[in-house]
Amino acid sequence: MSEDFFQGYKGEALEILKKYNVRVWGTVEMETTRGNFKGTVLPRAVNDDQFHIVVKISTGYNIGIDIRTVTGMKEVGYKKANYKVPEKEFPYTPGLPHVKLLGTGGTIASRLDYRTGAVIPAFSPGELYGAVPELAEICNLDTEKIFAVFSENMGPTQYVALAKQIGKEIENGIDGIVIGHGTDTLHHTGAVLTFMCQNLPVPVILVGSQRSSDRPSSDAALNLMHAMTAAGRGNIAEVLVCMFGPTSDEYGLLHRGTRVRKMHSSYRSTFRTIGDTPVARITRKGLTPIKEDYNRRRQDKNVKIIPTFDDRVTMLYYYPGMKPDTLDAITDNGYKGVVWVGTGLGHVNKEMYPAIERAHKAGVHQYMTVQTIWGYVHMFVYDTGRDMMAKGIIPAGNMLPEVAFIKLGWALGQTHDMEEVKKIMLTPINDEITEREPYNGYLVYQGGSPEVEEFVKRVRK
Amino acid sequence: MDNNNALKNYEATKKAIGYVERKKATQADYDRIGFMSGLEVHQQLLTKKKLFCHCPAGFYQQPDEFDAELIRHMRPTLSELGEYDGTALMEFRTKKEIIYRIANKTACTYDVDDTPPFPIDWEAIDIAIEISLLSKLKVVGEIHITRKQYLDGSIPTGFQRTAIIGVDGELTLRNGRKIGLIQLSVEEDSCREVSDIGHRRIYRTDRLGMPLIETVTHPDMKNPDEVKEVCDHIRFLNRSTNKVRTGIGAGREDVNVSCRGGHRVEIKGVARTNWIPELTHNEAFRQWALLHIREILTKRCKKEDWKLSAMELLPSEFSALYEIAEKTTGRKEKMYAVNLPCFKDLLSHFTQPNYSFHDEFVHRLKVIACIERPNMTSSEDLQPLFDPKSWNTITKKLNAGADDAQIVFWGPDEDIKTALETIEERALMTFDGIPPETRKSFEDGTTIFERVLPGADRMYPDTDSVPIPLEDAYIDKLRKNVAEDFSERYQQFADWEIPEDTYRYIFSKNYYPLMQRIINELSLNPKFIGVFFGHRLKHLHGQHKTIPFAINKIYDLFVFLKDKQLDTAIAPSVLLQMFLHPDMDFESILTDLKFKKISKADIISRVRLLENTFAPVRKNTSPQDKINSIMGGVRAVSVGNVNLSELVKEIK
Repeated sequence: MSEDFFQGYKGEALEILKKYNVRVWGTVEMETTRGNFKGTVLPRAVNDDQFHIVVKISTGYNIGIDIRTVTGMKEVGYKKANYKVPEKEFPYTPGLPHVKLLGTGGTIASRLDYRTGAVIPAFSPGELYGAVPELAEICNLDTEKIFAVFSENMGPTQYVALAKQIGKEIENGIDGIVIGHGTDTLHHTGAVLTFMCQNLPVPVILVGSQRSSDRPSSDAALNLMHAMTAAGRGNIAEVLVCMFGPTSDEYGLLHRGTRVRKMHSSYRSTFRTIGDTPVARITRKGLTPIKEDYNRRRQDKNVKIIPTFDDRVTMLYYYPGMKPDTLDAITDNGYKGVVWVGTGLGHVNKEMYPAIERAHKAGVHQYMTVQTIWGYVHMFVYDTGRDMMAKGIIPAGNMLPEVAFIKLGWALGQTHDMEEVKKIMLTPINDEITEREPYNGYLVYQGGSPEVEEFVKRVRK
Repeated sequence: MDNNNALKNYEATKKAIGYVERKKATQADYDRIGFMSGLEVHQQLLTKKKLFCHCPAGFYQQPDEFDAELIRHMRPTLSELGEYDGTALMEFRTKKEIIYRIANKTACTYDVDDTPPFPIDWEAIDIAIEISLLSKLKVVGEIHITRKQYLDGSIPTGFQRTAIIGVDGELTLRNGRKIGLIQLSVEEDSCREVSDIGHRRIYRTDRLGMPLIETVTHPDMKNPDEVKEVCDHIRFLNRSTNKVRTGIGAGREDVNVSCRGGHRVEIKGVARTNWIPELTHNEAFRQWALLHIREILTKRCKKEDWKLSAMELLPSEFSALYEIAEKTTGRKEKMYAVNLPCFKDLLSHFTQPNYSFHDEFVHRLKVIACIERPNMTSSEDLQPLFDPKSWNTITKKLNAGADDAQIVFWGPDEDIKTALETIEERALMTFDGIPPETRKSFEDGTTIFERVLPGADRMYPDTDSVPIPLEDAYIDKLRKNVAEDFSERYQQFADWEIPEDTYRYIFSKNYYPLMQRIINELSLNPKFIGVFFGHRLKHLHGQHKTIPFAINKIYDLFVFLKDKQLDTAIAPSVLLQMFLHPDMDFESILTDLKFKKISKADIISRVRLLENTFAPVRKNTSPQDKINSIMGGVRAVSVGNVNLSELVKEIK
């Protein structure tokens, strides 16, 4: 294929470049009705308009030239840029643990993409070492890019592939596994891997970043260092999410894959353990457990991989006035499972009852979780709750809605027997339902109260 | 070398490079060293909100006033063209922990880089385009928001969001010379530093994110005074819109200076324009001195053969020196001696008033290795710390030659490696001449090393923003707000015969539009109005620190005088009363001044009376004496009633 000289340009802008024989990366002198401009023509993002040409001027800044003002232009030179993270071979250090980094995409490792003007994932041990040389002091690293998708594009196919890969790595005797992942659905993957990879002998650490690694203040480097430390040296052999504790570059937290949730659309410290404390704190120096009950690292390879998933599962977020036909449509379309996200203690309106009954009779497995995120479903407190249970909705304890969705899909991948599924759903594998909620499991302080302001000021966040 | 020799050498080298004080310097001196300078003038815009978030702009916090603190570390990242920037790599070596002090009122999650940018503030864009048009810059077709890396931590993201609004403009100096403008960008302001000690730097975030424009000139200025004139010109042009912030810190300059054969060095954050001449003068000569040092050094040895040697000074052997260092610093640290081959008489070489080449090492040790000053001494220290005998011992231990110079530095264990690298690096740069640097300025006109000079390699497209098209119709609409060519105002003043010493006050306060209105609408004498503003008002403004009334009241004053058919000569007396009693109306002021309306005829008759009673007291009385005497007699009643110079004519 011939080289694309006009990357991203279209319509009138493309015409004018062709007309004057000017290529992308060409140095150009332009005459326009607003004056003369000089610089290097840059590629243009496909979603930007067709009326401007992007030029990098000598001071390094980019500007756009309106082609409708152009009266002439001339290419006077050509120099193509090479955007590449410097690759250095990741050094081998005897005595350090072996960690495998599985890449799925996302902001943890990314670079500029002219096609969209946004960032795309970039990834190899060499690139990572070039960007974060400190990793070589923590472990010996091997990487494998399984797929390159943004986290919103992760789904059942990827879950199954990941679980099988984890099984393979453990079989090969790895000391720990890190999975680089976009943050949006990091907690879904955390839950699914907990269910699919049971009795883990080594840590499986999910890590991402909230600021892409092409920014000087990115959290990617520190998150990676924390994740490698937890995977290589940590003693907690569970599926854990490793992200910033506070927004400051201070320490990370390790959250159980089944109890963690992304709680802010952009904050660094967005991941929080819900209804419990995180399992541990992590710094570059090592891991400090917060909880005492966790699965210890073992020397054996007896992991149990259960890579099943039935994607005919959905979620219904209840709102006042919800019409029963929403559920009817789901039933009629052949869905096998519904996770309800009900109000308060786990409620929906009476109008839904016939549809719930109908779904139940059609073999749809229905579970109740709560919109409040924190707290348990309590369907015995009010009549409505009792009614719903009678009609086939099963309360899912304090399982987080997303976790219940993932677990139902995983369970239905194994069986459709109502009792069997119920048993799987309500038997916790790793704290997706906890027996008790500690007092410090719910902490949402409000700014403005003097004691909170005092605390925030005193304790760096 | 003992101290006496160091000082002697300092003076001798100062003479050898032909350093002259600025007051005595002529254009010939600047031509001799090839003085060259350009400016980057920063100006905060008067907007309600910050540039990329909705925090209010223009509220400030005290250094110790904050609601929360947070910590960040910065890492260098690649530029769009796939390069690392030298400054970024230097900052990374300093291993700084950056602490931000946040006040809830003025900073939000965007400011601390926990939320992506909101759409750009259009109020700021409007103003930036208006000023671009005033500066005859070519407005771009599309604004591209770019990230400019700043790893010093002054911006929590590690980069400044900035965008070019116009390129390639010009301004005309009073003497008619044209100065080229490279570009004008709109950008977010940075944090204000609270402190920078060791590996910890503290900032406050109040100023962060406020909209700012930066006007960059070509290096067209040929002497220090011209740099100041251009700076004033740009600042006054900005202020002429009335849409920019004023006061300390609202306008700041970076000044680029080089000499012939030198390299662009950027003097950062010059807060007062009257510091500019001294700073640029000294910087040009500092570079001239460094070139002289290079010349001497390259005659002695080749860069590729040059090798530094170093050793730890053991406390057991050098306890006396440890005692001295500990006494000077108050710290107990490791001490190292370094031999710089071929550097004899170079460390004490003159670089700036009160600074020798020795200090180039001192300041880099502070900034890069983060060792607080005093961090070193040398065999050519102008204020020697060790006696010659100690130096002899050190020289022997280092196996140093007669042409060598030695440095002894001290610092925390973990900083020694960086310190040694820093010394070696700076020594090797001596062979190349002028290290590209940004330098921090001081009121006395000297500068010290601040950072490695950043280049175009620190630019990166802002992937969080999309390009913003600027249509012709929108620009044409803004063009209507723009006043006439600013340079023409100087010409207008000259035509009006307004004294030059009034310009600075009038343009810096942007009183031109008001003066123009008074002169044109009330047909008053421009020269009188110029002096009234540039001398009378300035004097009272200075005395009272502030103007206690709305400035447009001066227009009302002249309208009042015109209505009452009073002569403008009374205006200065009224002005004084306006400062003393800002709420008093003009009628009451006149009463207060005991002013009485008297007809011209009446005054003339008084003149005649005085004429007749004039009795000369001296032998050789001239006709002028007589006029003066008569005028003295009628002045009090005449001011405001008749034009005094016309009255004099009548007397004649």
